[in-house]
Amino acid sequence: MAAVEEPQDYLDVLQSHRGGFSFENCKRNAYLASQVAIKPPTAMKSGTTICGIQLKDVVILAADTRSTCGPMVADKNCEKLHFIAKNVYCAGAGTAADLQHTTEMMESQMELLRMATGTQPRVCTVVRRLSSMLFKYQGYVGCALVLGGVDVTGPHLFQIYPHGSTDKLPFTSMGSGSLAAMAILEAEYNENLSVEEGKKLVAKAIRAGIFNDLGSGSNVDVCVITKDVGGTILRNFEKPNERKFRAKHAAFPIGTTPIMKQEITKLVSVEEDVVMRD
Amino acid sequence: MNGAHRFGSKCDRPKATDIHFKMQAPVEHRWSPYADNGGTCLGVAGENFVVVAADTRLSQGYSIHTRNCSKVTRLTDKCVIASCGMKSDAITLHKHLKARLVMYEHQHRRQASVTAIAQMLSTTLYYKRFFPYYTFNVLCGVDDEGKGAVYHYDAIGSFERVPYTTSGSGSALVMSVLDAQIDKENQTIDTPALDKAGIVELCKDVLSSVGERDIYTGDSGEIFLIDAAGISKTEFDLKLD
Repeated sequence: MAAVEEPQDYLDVLQSHRGGFSFENCKRNAYLASQVAIKPPTAMKSGTTICGIQLKDVVILAADTRSTCGPMVADKNCEKLHFIAKNVYCAGAGTAADLQHTTEMMESQMELLRMATGTQPRVCTVVRRLSSMLFKYQGYVGCALVLGGVDVTGPHLFQIYPHGSTDKLPFTSMGSGSLAAMAILEAEYNENLSVEEGKKLVAKAIRAGIFNDLGSGSNVDVCVITKDVGGTILRNFEKPNERKFRAKHAAFPIGTTPIMKQEITKLVSVEEDVVMRD
Repeated sequence: MNGAHRFGSKCDRPKATDIHFKMQAPVEHRWSPYADNGGTCLGVAGENFVVVAADTRLSQGYSIHTRNCSKVTRLTDKCVIASCGMKSDAITLHKHLKARLVMYEHQHRRQASVTAIAQMLSTTLYYKRFFPYYTFNVLCGVDDEGKGAVYHYDAIGSFERVPYTTSGSGSALVMSVLDAQIDKENQTIDTPALDKAGIVELCKDVLSSVGERDIYTGDSGEIFLIDAAGISKTEFDLKLD
């Protein structure tokens, strides 16, 4: 922060009362990144495949379970399907922290709304709130979402981009594996599919992402949202990537690691003699 | 031309008296002739044999070009080279080495020794010091004394004979396991050294483990065992995701 200065003239006074954002830290960070060998922290991004389809009276979402940090797999079985309300779920791709916090915030907002109005939240409400929030942050909150739910007006499926634009679609995919998944959905989607056929289709689409996109991998999670039951997450609906080989290593014998120093400190002194008094 | 000053032609040259003259940033042209095609390879020397293992995934960015592309080339009857980095440079380098070795054989009426090939690879790489082959090589074989030999290189020809080594996208993950299982670093209790089958098993296990955590390693693995009997190759499956 800059030091507090005495206002020089009315322009300074106006400036000091003007409010708004201060960008001095942005300038500082850009300077440090360019001049000094300091790198700004990088967020964990999940290269991802997520998709969703809308059928006659059901919405099905699906996601892979790999979370990456550059070329490394950070989590082999993470959850990318998020609860928002009993009848609304969302699949997320992008920055892991942003996704978790955005969806949790939306979950609490929807619960408060439900208690205030005594009605089930509607999908369009969630979409509007999310898109307004994401637009406000101008794309810096890295959430690419496939949002689905069933409310009083029926089943709905939406796609929301990090900058806040939304689409209402019968089927959609997002993330780095979205092209692979979309190839399957475009070829095989049909609105008259049964729930079982729908589950198989989204799983196949995610599998396309898992095998053909290096940012996606491991297992398939599926979420089925119906009018009667609400949403049900089928965790690890398919596990097509079990490890194929593991050698039998001999365990390290106890004492393999050298002990350099041993020191035991008594933190509590225990009195053994207890004197009983009448 | 579009209101911008052109330098070079006399009529457009800015005059000192022109108060509106501004310095223009020079136009920069970027040229990036290198690509990283990922993959991992490793080599372990035994007393009278050597084991080389590598995966067969060829990728770029987030996509897989092919799931079955070998990183290993046989150079002589008892020497192979495994190269990670950029595939096109590796192909060119291997082709060049093979041609040089044919010439060697014609001149000397015998195949080049692993030590000779190791030196030749170093000079070949340094020959392109200022436009290097973007390859990270592991050269393995059985030397003239019948001992297992592993050589590790950087992209411009610095090399060293080592008991075991690894290179490529998952090399940092591999090295830690080899340090513990082969060199037995920081271990005070002596445990028997791994035999031939044990090392082959270890290589298979290490590649499987790296395939779990490195996105550029996977699809399938190949193991080359070089000993007095010659070169034998085995293949095994890795995860496809």
